[in-house]
Amino acid sequence: MSNSFKLDIVNPEKSFLSKEDAIEVVVPAFEGDMGFLKDHISIISFLKPGLLKVIDATATEETYYVEDGIIEFKNNCLSVLTSNIFDIKKMDKNKVKDILTEAEKDSQNNDISDQTKYLVDQKIEVLKSLTLN
Amino acid sequence: MASLDDLKKRISSVKSTQKITKAMKMVAAAKLRRAQENAEKGRPYSEKMNNIILNLSGGISDKESAPKLLIGTGEEKIHLCIVLTSDRGLCGGFNSNIIKKAKSYFKKILNDNKTLKIITVGSKGYDQLKRTYKDYIIEKISFKESKNINYFDADKVGKIIIDRFKKKEFDVCAIFYNQFKNVITQIPQEQQIIPLKSSEEKKDSSSEDNYEFEPEEDEILSNLLPKNISTQIFKAMLENSASEQGSRMTAMDNATRNAGEMVDKLTIQYNRSRQAAITKELIEIISGAESL
Repeated sequence: MSNSFKLDIVNPEKSFLSKEDAIEVVVPAFEGDMGFLKDHISIISFLKPGLLKVIDATATEETYYVEDGIIEFKNNCLSVLTSNIFDIKKMDKNKVKDILTEAEKDSQNNDISDQTKYLVDQKIEVLKSLTLN
Repeated sequence: MASLDDLKKRISSVKSTQKITKAMKMVAAAKLRRAQENAEKGRPYSEKMNNIILNLSGGISDKESAPKLLIGTGEEKIHLCIVLTSDRGLCGGFNSNIIKKAKSYFKKILNDNKTLKIITVGSKGYDQLKRTYKDYIIEKISFKESKNINYFDADKVGKIIIDRFKKKEFDVCAIFYNQFKNVITQIPQEQQIIPLKSSEEKKDSSSEDNYEFEPEEDEILSNLLPKNISTQIFKAMLENSASEQGSRMTAMDNATRNAGEMVDKLTIQYNRSRQAAITKELIEIISGAESL
């Protein structure tokens, strides 16, 4: 029996990625990374900035950078709704730096709430790890 | 009666107008295809978003503490209307249809002695509304500079709405836009986004899905609802742009056809008067010869 499930990543403009044969997906959920295998319990959660990993039946691993979003898992179908998602491989180093400087500027701002601060810090951390590679 | 020269000039001017309308029609047709694709591509996102929200609001146990964006402020005194129109004209009844729909809603609200606030998105809507409802317009937004509709713009509008909601500037918020059905038919829509319509809420309680939530429902909801507003606006903008192009295409098609008819009519008139002139000259020559 196959142990794959369906994965849909959509952003407001279009369907970003659709896979029938995802084996494992790791998403950066708000309260920590979350791994999905087949027959996961139905769940709704939202994302913090981080890396989204997809492993499909051919055992290839793809990594995406997401900034925010919502995930829903139901009947072996994982839907990821996000407004900002980038393929790491196609991502320009300069672009990463741009977002990073933007985020650092945000974190200097003292008016933001703790939650936003947490999100921005997460973002900086992830982006820094990206620029190192 | 117009002289031959005048007629000739008119024919050529109508012909050049026809050329322009024809070109506009072609451009609209090309843009329409793209806009339609975009609208269709954007649908899964807003549909999924809606589904998740329905599931979530069904799962909320304590209705009292539910986020205000979902249940409303409990009052219905101040209505905020977002009227989405295009930035360009020459698109048939596209803008006036939205305005007509919006105006009837405005009248209803004012008759009920409620306060009305209007935000216009797109300059054409502002132009048409400022005559009668100038005092109610609190903000006008236009995205003339951005070539394509993008989520970023919609998000800006969404943020403005949420900001104003947080400042308790309104209780109910509705958006007006044209829904794209096909090239000839666009239906002006009125959609309430704050609070979310209760009729939709009822539907989901029948679906017995047991979800796990992480973090708690309330927290997800309060995070999700602002996004949903931007998404709804974005959806409306996509539908609107497809409708605009469709409407422009039909309008320009009609204009081209009318111009064609006009050219035919003018040509007949031109030929007739040309013949009449020749006949007149002949008669003059003949009668001149006879009198000799």
